[in-house]
Amino acid sequence: MSILINKDTKVICQGFTGKQGTFHSEQALVYGTKLVGGVTPERGGETHLGLPVFNTVQDAVTTTGATASVIYVPPFYAADAILEAVDAGIKLIVCITEGIPTLQMLRVKAAMAGTGALLIGPNCPGIITPDECKIGIMPAKIHQAGCIGIVSRSGTLTYESVYQTTQQGLGQSTCVGIGGDPIHGMNFVDVLSRFQADEQTKGIVMVGEIGGGEEEDAAAYIKAHVTKPVVAYIAGQTAPAGKRMGHAGAIVTGGKGTAAGKIAALKAAGIEVVSSPTEIGVAMKGCL
Amino acid sequence: MNIHEYQAKQLFQQYAIPIPEGHYAATPEGAEQVAKALNGDGWVVKAQVHAGGRGKVGGVKLAKSLAEVVEFSRELLGKRLVTIQTDSLGLPINSLLIEKIYPIKRELYLSLILDRATERVMFIASAAGGMDIEAVAHDTPEKIISVAVHPAAGLQSYSCRKVAYTLGLKGQQIKALEKIMHGMYNLFLAKDASQIEINPLIETDSGDLLALDAKINFDDNAVALHPDILAMKDPSQEDDKENEAQQFGLNYITLEGNIGCMVNGAGLAMATMDLVKLKGGLPANFLDVGGGTNVEKVCEAFKLILSDPSVKAVLVNIFGGIVQCDVIASGILAAIEQVHVTVPVVVRLEGTNVEQGRALLTNTGLNLYASEDLNHAAEQVVALAKAAA
Repeated sequence: MSILINKDTKVICQGFTGKQGTFHSEQALVYGTKLVGGVTPERGGETHLGLPVFNTVQDAVTTTGATASVIYVPPFYAADAILEAVDAGIKLIVCITEGIPTLQMLRVKAAMAGTGALLIGPNCPGIITPDECKIGIMPAKIHQAGCIGIVSRSGTLTYESVYQTTQQGLGQSTCVGIGGDPIHGMNFVDVLSRFQADEQTKGIVMVGEIGGGEEEDAAAYIKAHVTKPVVAYIAGQTAPAGKRMGHAGAIVTGGKGTAAGKIAALKAAGIEVVSSPTEIGVAMKGCL
Repeated sequence: MNIHEYQAKQLFQQYAIPIPEGHYAATPEGAEQVAKALNGDGWVVKAQVHAGGRGKVGGVKLAKSLAEVVEFSRELLGKRLVTIQTDSLGLPINSLLIEKIYPIKRELYLSLILDRATERVMFIASAAGGMDIEAVAHDTPEKIISVAVHPAAGLQSYSCRKVAYTLGLKGQQIKALEKIMHGMYNLFLAKDASQIEINPLIETDSGDLLALDAKINFDDNAVALHPDILAMKDPSQEDDKENEAQQFGLNYITLEGNIGCMVNGAGLAMATMDLVKLKGGLPANFLDVGGGTNVEKVCEAFKLILSDPSVKAVLVNIFGGIVQCDVIASGILAAIEQVHVTVPVVVRLEGTNVEQGRALLTNTGLNLYASEDLNHAAEQVVALAKAAA
């Protein structure tokens, strides 16, 4: 088993005919993802990459039975795209787009409450279950089917964790990039609880960074509910306060959201926190 | 994005938030004219810089005569102001705000923020105004209340009354506060703010409420939607290199060390800085070159890093995912030659086609070190920087 997606997950792409949508859809098809079509308004009825294009997500869902959607539309149109997917009954929405205005995401999250739809991202690499289904922009080659669940706020640090767990011969069950924005979909706890329940997952890598308090929430959750070994890494120990470090959500404000605070909370919960990003794979192997 | 106090107060005026009478001035003569037009026998002269803590370092002065207005303006204009919120160089004072003086009965605190934990826009209020609110929150959290606004319901009167009673306001003042809070909320939504802070919000002797200070930050993801806000940008208050980086789609932040860092991805860039520190060095910058790394971007990144004279060595850390390592290696080589990089450069490449990439970076005759793993690369760059220092 894996979490959230597997070889049977039917996926559509919003922003299908654009440059990003086209490139990453091609990659997904090569990987074997069950991509069943895409959505670009005014292009309905066309064929792109050998797949049907629809005007609306609703049309795509009705025709293909897709349950997941990946969004590659530009930032000022992405909130609309997420809500269109929710409205059409998509269960898992993966939004790759970076740069969505925060207040728009605030409204999206409020509108999603109670719908049961799950959102991954925005501003994230996506989600992959190796050898089964790749939804997002992560490089396929570094992955290997295996037993480690990875959850991270950073794209490239997800790849580091993937690479190292592959090098150690552990492989990955599912990897989820939850995104670098201050207001986003699934958080650490949402993903950790699924890894805990998943039989294939034997160990968990959690990569956090400065800003917000989700790592602290995760520490409390792990202490109370997670019995599998967890290795954590927190980026941004040398980041100056008040500066936005690339990701919109990676900022220390009013003394809150520091790497030191997060590391202390994780350690207090008995979690192994590595001080160097190069030690993630070795530490994970050591825990198993 | 930040704006000046006088600009924030212009926006307050548009949203019916009461402010002191006053005007902006860029010369001592202009300041005198403003003071004359305001009448009265006392004025406050406020240095306009993008940083708080101005009062404690002489950036806010009380003038008792027109001569003093001119004198203080001469003193401040053209100087750099170093406050607790700036770096050691401070920020240039290019303009002033001249305001009437009001008799203060009480100083209150009122702000509106975007709270990540609740995913709501939230008012923060305290009767302990005029002070550093973070210190108040730390020492006496019971003196602060927060009121979240549901985006569908909008700001309700009961929320405003709750804040008003906490602030010890009565009668007409409650209506006045409600108007201020609605102004703040409407401004926040209309302009995609990320924070609006009034510290202090004063109660005058006659019981009126006035925003004595004003600070607004805007969501960088949304400013492109607001040309009027974008027009308020003052590059003189920002780091030149950070501005330049933005134009090339690079994320750059100046730090105080001597090891330049060039990395793809924000998380990995932070992790690389941390690792340099862990190995006994100090990073000179944060730099995320982004996903689609090409020769032009790498060239600009090298130029930015090397424009800092304290940089003694550079660490390039690229995880080649979609873009293959050999393509990245060729880009790095081209950039080193184009930009005439002379300081030692340590490159750590990982990912697709890594062997071909490393081969390209070996035996180049350049001051270049291709490293097999990140730990080793970090150790190497720290040693090279120490040797050059």
